[in-house]
Order: sequence, then C-alpha cells, then structure tokens
Amino acid sequence: MSNLVDFRTCPTTGLRVDKSAENLIKANAVAAVVFLSIGGLFGLLVALTRWPAVHFLPADWFYLALTAHGLDVLLVWIIFFEMAVLYFASAILLNSRLAGPRWAWTGFGLMLAGALITNVAVLRGQSSVMFTSYVPMQAEPAFYLGIILFAVGALIGCFVFFGTLVIAKQARTYEGSIPLVTFGALTAAIIAVFTIASGAIILIPTLLWSVGLVSHIDPLVYKTIWWAMGHSSQQINVSAHVAVWYAIAAMVFGAKPLSEKVSRMAFLMYILFLQLASAHHMLVEPGFSPEWKIFNTSYAMYLAVLGSMIHGMTVPGSIEAAQRARGLTKGMFEWLRKAPWGNPAFAGMFMSLVFFGFIGGISGVVMGTEQINLIMHNTLYVPGHFHGTVVAGTTLAFMAITYLLVPLIFRRELMMKKLASWQPYVFGIGVAGISLFMMGAGTLGVSRRHWDMTFADAQLPFDYPSAAYLMMGLNGIFAVLAAIGGLMFIVIVVGSVFFGRRLGQDEKPEYPEVPPQSAAVGHYGSSETLRIPGTVFLVGIFFVAFVLYYFVNWKYLSEVWPLS
Amino acid sequence: MTETSDSEEAVSPDPSGQDSIPLMQRVLDNPFLLLVLGIAVPAVFYIIWGIIEITQIPIAD
Repeated sequence: MSNLVDFRTCPTTGLRVDKSAENLIKANAVAAVVFLSIGGLFGLLVALTRWPAVHFLPADWFYLALTAHGLDVLLVWIIFFEMAVLYFASAILLNSRLAGPRWAWTGFGLMLAGALITNVAVLRGQSSVMFTSYVPMQAEPAFYLGIILFAVGALIGCFVFFGTLVIAKQARTYEGSIPLVTFGALTAAIIAVFTIASGAIILIPTLLWSVGLVSHIDPLVYKTIWWAMGHSSQQINVSAHVAVWYAIAAMVFGAKPLSEKVSRMAFLMYILFLQLASAHHMLVEPGFSPEWKIFNTSYAMYLAVLGSMIHGMTVPGSIEAAQRARGLTKGMFEWLRKAPWGNPAFAGMFMSLVFFGFIGGISGVVMGTEQINLIMHNTLYVPGHFHGTVVAGTTLAFMAITYLLVPLIFRRELMMKKLASWQPYVFGIGVAGISLFMMGAGTLGVSRRHWDMTFADAQLPFDYPSAAYLMMGLNGIFAVLAAIGGLMFIVIVVGSVFFGRRLGQDEKPEYPEVPPQSAAVGHYGSSETLRIPGTVFLVGIFFVAFVLYYFVNWKYLSEVWPLS
Repeated sequence: MTETSDSEEAVSPDPSGQDSIPLMQRVLDNPFLLLVLGIAVPAVFYIIWGIIEITQIPIAD
C-alpha cells in the first residue's frame, strides 16, 4: 500500500511531502479562507450596527448576521484551518504517508456539506438563535443537522491524524519523540475529540427536539453541555495556534524550543485542564455549587493558564536564543529590533503572541474569577475577551502561517509583497482595538448581543454613560480597520494561490524568507539555553500588567458593591 | 566505539531501550493515553459533576 503513495521532497526543508496530505491541506485551507470571508463580512455588519451613529442593520437582520458571524468564524473557518494544521503536523512534519486519505476526503465533504446546510438555514431567517442556540429558542432542524455533520467530518479528520501518528511510529519516519509542533497539534486533536463528543451529546437530542421527536430539553443541562463544546472548541484554537507559533519560530529562525520537556508539560496542562474553563459561562447560574464553579474556573483553569504563560515565555525565548546564536547579542533587544518585521509570517505570529497574552489571556483570568466575573458577565466584555483570543490570537497566527503555506504547500510565489508586509499590522491593530473597546464598553455595562444600546423603544428608559457610546464608536472604527486587514489577506492569498507564479520543482521561495535551518520544525530537540534576558524583561512587563489589571477589576467590584 | 556500545548494552536490562526512557516521556509519547486523559478529566470534573449538581436542584411546586 505504502508503495502507491506519491511523495515529493520539499526543496526548502527537505521534508518528504505526501501529495494526498498536501491536497487535503490545500482543500481545507481554501475552504477555511472562503468561510473567513463570509463570516468576516457578517462581523463587519454586526460592528456597523452596534456603532450607535451608524446602526446599520434592522433588528431581525442584526440577529441573523450575528448568528452567521459566530458560526462561520468561531467554528467553520477555524476548524477547517485546524484540519489543515493537523495534516501538516502529522504527515508532512513526520515524513509519513497520511492514514486513510479517502476517509479524510469524506470528512472534508461532510464538513463542507454541514457548513453549507447550516449557513443556508441561518440565511433563510428562521434560525437566528446565535451561535450558542440556547434552548428554548428553536432553530430549523437543518441548523442542528448541519453542525452535527460538520462535527462528524471534523472527528474523522482527528482520527486520520491519530492514524497517521501510528503509521509514522511503525514506519520509524522520525527519531525519538514527535516534534513539539506535532505534539501541539496532538493536544488540539485530543481537545477536539472531547469537544465533538460533547456537541453530539447535546445537539443530537436538540435536533430530535426540533423535529418534534423529543418533547423537552432542560435549558440548564443544554447550556452546561453546550459549553463543553462551545468553549472547548476555542481551546482547540489555543492549542493549534500555540503549535503554529512554535512552527513559525522554527521555520523563520530555525528556533528550537528552550526545553521540549517543559513545553510538552505545558501542553499536558492544556490536555488536562483547559477544557474545564467552560465553567466560567455558568458562574452566575444559581444551580451550581461554589465548589464546582471555583474548582473548574480557578484551581483547574489556573493550571491551564500556567501552560499558556510557559508558552508565552518559551516561544519568544526560543526566538531570542536563535537570534543570539546568530550573533545578535547587543543589549537586551537587538535580537528583537533586527527581527524580520517585514516578514508577514513573523510579524503576524509575534503580534498574535503579544495580543493573546496581554488582551485575551489576562481578561480570561479576570472573567474566570467568580467575584469579578459578576461585573462583566454577559456584557460586551465577553466578546471583547474572545476577540482577543480567537481573532487577535488564533486568526492572526493562522494568517501568519498561511504566508508560509502558500509557497511551501501551494508552490506559488506570494503576490503583492508590500501589501503582505502591512497586512498583519492593519488586521492586528484593528482587532486589538475591537477587543479593547468592547472590553471597555462591557466594563461600563453594555450588554452583548443587543441590537439597540439606546433602548429607544423600551418602556423603561435606560441610559449608559456617554463613555460607552464613545467606546462603541471606536469599536466600529477599528472593526472597519480589521475588515480592511482581512480583505487584504484574502486578496493576497486568493490572488497568490490562483494567479501567483508557479514555483519550479526544486525552486526555493524567496519571500517570505525560509532559511535552511527551518528543518528544525520537524525534529525533537531543545536549544538548551536560558540566556534570554530580553524575554525575561518582557515577561516581567506582562506580570506587572497582569497584577495591575487584576487589582483594578477588584477595585471596580468594590465600587459596584459598597460594603461600608 | 564497540566497547562503549557493549558496556551500554550490559547496563541496560531492556535491549529496546524502553527502560531508559523516563516515565513522563513515555506517558507523553503515548497519544492514546493522553486522549483518554483529555476526555476523562473534563468529563468527570465539568460534565458529570455539573450534571449531578443540576439533578440535585429541587423541583418547584
């Protein structure tokens, strides 16, 4: 069987590339980008509607657009791209053939059919139930059916990934343990299996309820199990984009992890504890005990956060170690000043790392604290937080590695290089603005998922502080900036994939630059140094910001609830 | 070279070298063990414990 597998050798990394894996990576990446454009467009419509001076859509279209936006970007774009990451991190990095390519194509077909069915259901206007689809709100049966088909397809993709690990181990295509990027992808795949199983447990009965075969779904049970899927699906993203950070560090700098063991332990923290953070969605539910809430969102979640903080130090640390080994040793930051800031793969990855830590990470810990969660639960602070993690963190990282995949996997020269060097900054700054201003508005009490913050037709009038209107206006402006950055990405990538110059069989791409040391991405091994003073200083700044912001939120709580 | 190799074999009781791999590395090298742990821990602490708490909420009269 293995004799029939068609391989080529990558002229840049020397890796053997199974062409069926390569085709699956291409198909999943293209589908991902298509749904990113659809979901991004709906996101812009949502932001323009929540901009009080514009208030673009009528109410029914607003909720339809919000449902489609959440579905297409939180689930469809991300999971399609993660399938591409899983096939890349298994078959390509391990020099192996892909297990069951036909199964992988079946999974891809199911995901595509499911995404289309659910999108059509939403666009028909009878399924504006938001991404969360809390019962007793009921969508059309096709809405649930599409998500179930999509999930089954993704599950098949995960098992193709596990099968490829088994084949690579049996065929001894790699030495020792799997490389760290593959281990990160393994973490994502494990969380994906839990996520999809949880989705099946709750969405199959909900589908039966929507067609009248089940009489009742308990709203609290639904919400609990739905979030085992809904929040865990975002933890797949975290694991995958951290793996992408390590991949880009290796491919752009030839950087090895500071310590494979420590980084693998940090991923183990994710496997064991990251999914328990789902409980922060239930922190204001009276039916759960403080023990359940605090164990899941504090003790367990802090161990997962420790994992993220380890990655947050070791990724820039590995880059610093590689740069210093190359002679960039002046002062604390020569390694960072002379980093390739015009390379969109590096720029996107580094901004993803900074924004994920400072915006998404710190706000996540604040929201996971039961007491201070009370002042922002179900406000715009929540989407502010997850735009910091999923968009500034995951989407920006996935965009960054796409700039490497276009020449290395699609074998096309990247077009519009100047535009590409600006794209991560435009998109990154736009998304960081969205996150910060939504969090600001949320801190002032502005509710999420609400069409009209002026409450114009409400019988009991209510006024938010004027600063909240300013925040929402700024949110709209930065959403336009992010949309421009997203459009730049789509134009560059689609243009390059379809119209870029085809690279010769042994031709190495010139842009973005991928040095010969990039082969480190496919090997287990550490840089074995901790001489990273610049990174240690940056981590110190992070801790100071973390402590100050945590304290500020307790101060807000004390003002909301005076005890004197 | 040959001497070194021989002495290493004499020290290691397991010719496959499995015994010389630290326990934690062997755990991390086993994707299916990690899969079981990654499903069991959140299933027990989040879902099962959570559903037990919901079932203990008294039903309103």
